[in-house]
Amino acid sequence: MTARTVLQNADITRALTRIAHEILEANRGASDLVLLGIPTRGVHLARRLGAVLARLDDAPVPVGALDVTMYRDDLSRNPTRAPHPTEIPDGGIDGRTVVLVDDVLYSGRTIRAALDALSDLGRPRVVRLAVLVDRGHRELPIRADFVGKNLPSASSERIFVRLDETDGSDEVTIES
Amino acid sequence: MRHLLSTADLTREQAVRILDVAEDMADVATREVKKLPTLRGRTVVNLFFEDSTRTRISFEAAAKRLSADVINFSAKGSSVSKGESLKDTAQTLAAIGADGVVIRHSASGAPAVLAANAWIDAPVVNAGDGTHEHPTQALLDAFTIRRRLHGAGARGRSLDGVRVVIVGDILHSRVARSNVWLLATLGAEVRLVAPATLLPLGVRDWPVEVDLHLDDALTTNPDVVMMLRIQGERMRDAFFPSAREYAREYGLDEERLGRLRADTMVMHPGPMNRGLEISAAAADSARSVVLDQVANGVSIRMAVLYLLLSGAEEGIA
Amino acid sequence: MSVLVRGATLPDGTRTDLRIEDGRVAEPGGSADRVIDADGLRLLPGLVDLHTHLREPGFEQSETVLTGTRAAAAGGFTAVFAMANTSPVADTAGVVEQVQALGDQHGYATVRPIGAVTVGLAGEQLSEIGAMASSRARVTVFSDDGKCVHDALLMRRALEYVSTFDGVIAQHAQEPRLTEGAQMNDGPLAARLGLGGWPAVAEESIIARDVLLAEHVGARLHICHVSTAGSVEVLRWAKSRGIDVTAEVTPHHLLLTEQLAESYDARYKVNPPLRRDEDVLALREALADGTIDIVATDHAPHPVEAKEAPWDEAAFGMVGLESALSVVQAAMVDTGLLDWSGVARTMSLEPARIGRLTGYDEPFAVGARANLTLVDPSATRTFGTEHLAGRSVNSPYLGRTLPGRIVATIHDGYPTVLDGEVLPADQVALAAGVRRG
Ligand SMILES: [Zn+2]
Repeated sequence: MTARTVLQNADITRALTRIAHEILEANRGASDLVLLGIPTRGVHLARRLGAVLARLDDAPVPVGALDVTMYRDDLSRNPTRAPHPTEIPDGGIDGRTVVLVDDVLYSGRTIRAALDALSDLGRPRVVRLAVLVDRGHRELPIRADFVGKNLPSASSERIFVRLDETDGSDEVTIES
Repeated sequence: MRHLLSTADLTREQAVRILDVAEDMADVATREVKKLPTLRGRTVVNLFFEDSTRTRISFEAAAKRLSADVINFSAKGSSVSKGESLKDTAQTLAAIGADGVVIRHSASGAPAVLAANAWIDAPVVNAGDGTHEHPTQALLDAFTIRRRLHGAGARGRSLDGVRVVIVGDILHSRVARSNVWLLATLGAEVRLVAPATLLPLGVRDWPVEVDLHLDDALTTNPDVVMMLRIQGERMRDAFFPSAREYAREYGLDEERLGRLRADTMVMHPGPMNRGLEISAAAADSARSVVLDQVANGVSIRMAVLYLLLSGAEEGIA
Repeated sequence: MSVLVRGATLPDGTRTDLRIEDGRVAEPGGSADRVIDADGLRLLPGLVDLHTHLREPGFEQSETVLTGTRAAAAGGFTAVFAMANTSPVADTAGVVEQVQALGDQHGYATVRPIGAVTVGLAGEQLSEIGAMASSRARVTVFSDDGKCVHDALLMRRALEYVSTFDGVIAQHAQEPRLTEGAQMNDGPLAARLGLGGWPAVAEESIIARDVLLAEHVGARLHICHVSTAGSVEVLRWAKSRGIDVTAEVTPHHLLLTEQLAESYDARYKVNPPLRRDEDVLALREALADGTIDIVATDHAPHPVEAKEAPWDEAAFGMVGLESALSVVQAAMVDTGLLDWSGVARTMSLEPARIGRLTGYDEPFAVGARANLTLVDPSATRTFGTEHLAGRSVNSPYLGRTLPGRIVATIHDGYPTVLDGEVLPADQVALAAGVRRG
């Protein structure tokens, strides 16, 4: 097995900053924005993104967590997963621009589950998707609006996102 | 763990995990859409050889909130005909394609027999068996206590040092048994109170303190007082002389209620005999968490069904 | 037909050849039609079970006289006493004669019917004890087994009345009020499992009362399936006072404990229930020192559906004939508590004496009726349904490793088991017919 680092700490920070700029541009500012991270690493990325946005726009951006465990379509094929708390910021999501944040976009099934979960929680005006890495191999008609890095990869390869908050360091590696 | 038969089988980690998942399920209950798609296409059978509308509808609500299909097999109706064996019923359920069985039975150990035999290959949830156990009741009681004590910060916590007094017919109570094992596992200090006739043999070896008089137990500054239902026929079998004497010695009346701290929880698994083991004043007081128990029952049962039915492998890891 | 058993080891350890001719032990040295090589095998007197449920008439789905005696032969028994709780109950001369005749006809073992003490086992009115005693079945043992004769006055009368006929009352000691809803041994384990408790005192109090009654009226008393250390104490005291009481213990109470109930597997549900370790040890000791006189199987067959059920709803009882000697070997012989002479005494000589069954007092003497069992104590087997020869399979030993194996059983001079195999029914019935003449 070989591991190759494709993003380092500074790359991740740069990618998030760029995504933040793109979100502000697309949304014409930070008003009505709600960031919802998908556990576990998506939540940390959403918090970082929220901090960048708040700095750029000089106003706090609500950040929450959206757990999709109970909405997955592969539950019966895997060992039981522990769900994570869903935290919807005060003010809710109705009429807001929700940006879903995840670490890796792959088959699209997680995002499908997230959209289902979201629709049970309210009715956002717009839903966008921001991911740190898009590795391709979509199985559903889903695409990301904001991508930190496109990483074309073989299905046999595995992509690992490590974050300071959960893993003690920031890096993205490909292992094959 | 593939089945939930006894709280004695649960480790502290497993118990906390069930309570934590129940927190997530409780969050769902506060939403506008109270349903999750998690068990869509799965069939949960409520197999009730003994009538209990409360427990059945709680499990039914839990299964339905997880989008499972629910089939109710009830001995009171015509679906479980008198004399039909557990084996025949189980094999019928297997043929129907049940993915999980929730069983209530008047015989202790019936869920264990169902789980041990090859009649049906599905997770079994004990919804009360004879005078043995009622694990989901104990879990919902622990959940209720933890939520009251820790609110939003309850996740991940145990019940270390929480003082729980359980009063009444310990001998015949499956609720008491399940609570004793679970609360002890979670670190609570449990105290059982009953006349000597209603204490099980060997209770001094249980992980509890035992008091023969309620008034003694109330001096221990309990955080929780759990009153058990006392059944009228116990009188006839000479467990105690009269309802009046029982209420006087072991009932939570207004005067005893007044001796509790303002934040001491009063619990009852229901249905209550108002005026016997619990006064109306105690049942309706601000200390009473009886309705919380009912609401939390659905969350706990959702958590248990989710953990046992959703995965491909061992349910409660 | 004559048979030579060559090189067998008798219970006392002596090695001998034994020749059987015309149904009796014959002078050595004559010719033999058949030779059984008994090198390394123990020759025991034919085993006698004072407590068997043959279920016929009335419960033929569980067992019949034919299948039950076949099980007996497989276990090395040559005589069984058949309990009275059939349907109709064995409380008249007609029923006991019918059961006895079936036994004679099939020939696997001598069947001695036990008569009910009270009509219909109802505990209210004495059954026709005299008529049964003087019937062709010559009933000598009377029991309401399954139910206790709990009315003290009725028990007194029964003890007195059977003594008229040199009979004995075999009491199933179970105080009924103390055992309402009882499911297993009363104690901490029952409390934890939520199963109704069967307290030791419910057995001990009846035994205490009945030994005193037996003393008072000067009658003989037999106690069925003693299961507790306390009962042993009461019996020891009674015997020390010279009270004419005998007692039996089952193989399962010598080996198994209440811990098995933890599985809620109803194969372990039995009446009286399996008890604690200390009870098992006390029972072994009592059997070794003679406080308990005999081993009796309480062979209680039940159909599969009666056991494949929640514990509360399942039937009480275990089959035990086929496994009895192996279990006694495991619990008593291999532990050094009892030698093979002790086995012969507690499983043949004494039960025969209590039941007034003749021909078992000097089993190896020339001229004795040839009722013999040849066992290989060095064998071990994983006990399975293939070792069961009756109609039911409710054995608690399935899957357990047990010592010893019955190699041959000879009933009344003809073999019922050879090379470890039960012989076909027609062959055995034919041999029995020839013997009757
Ligand atoms: Zn009996």
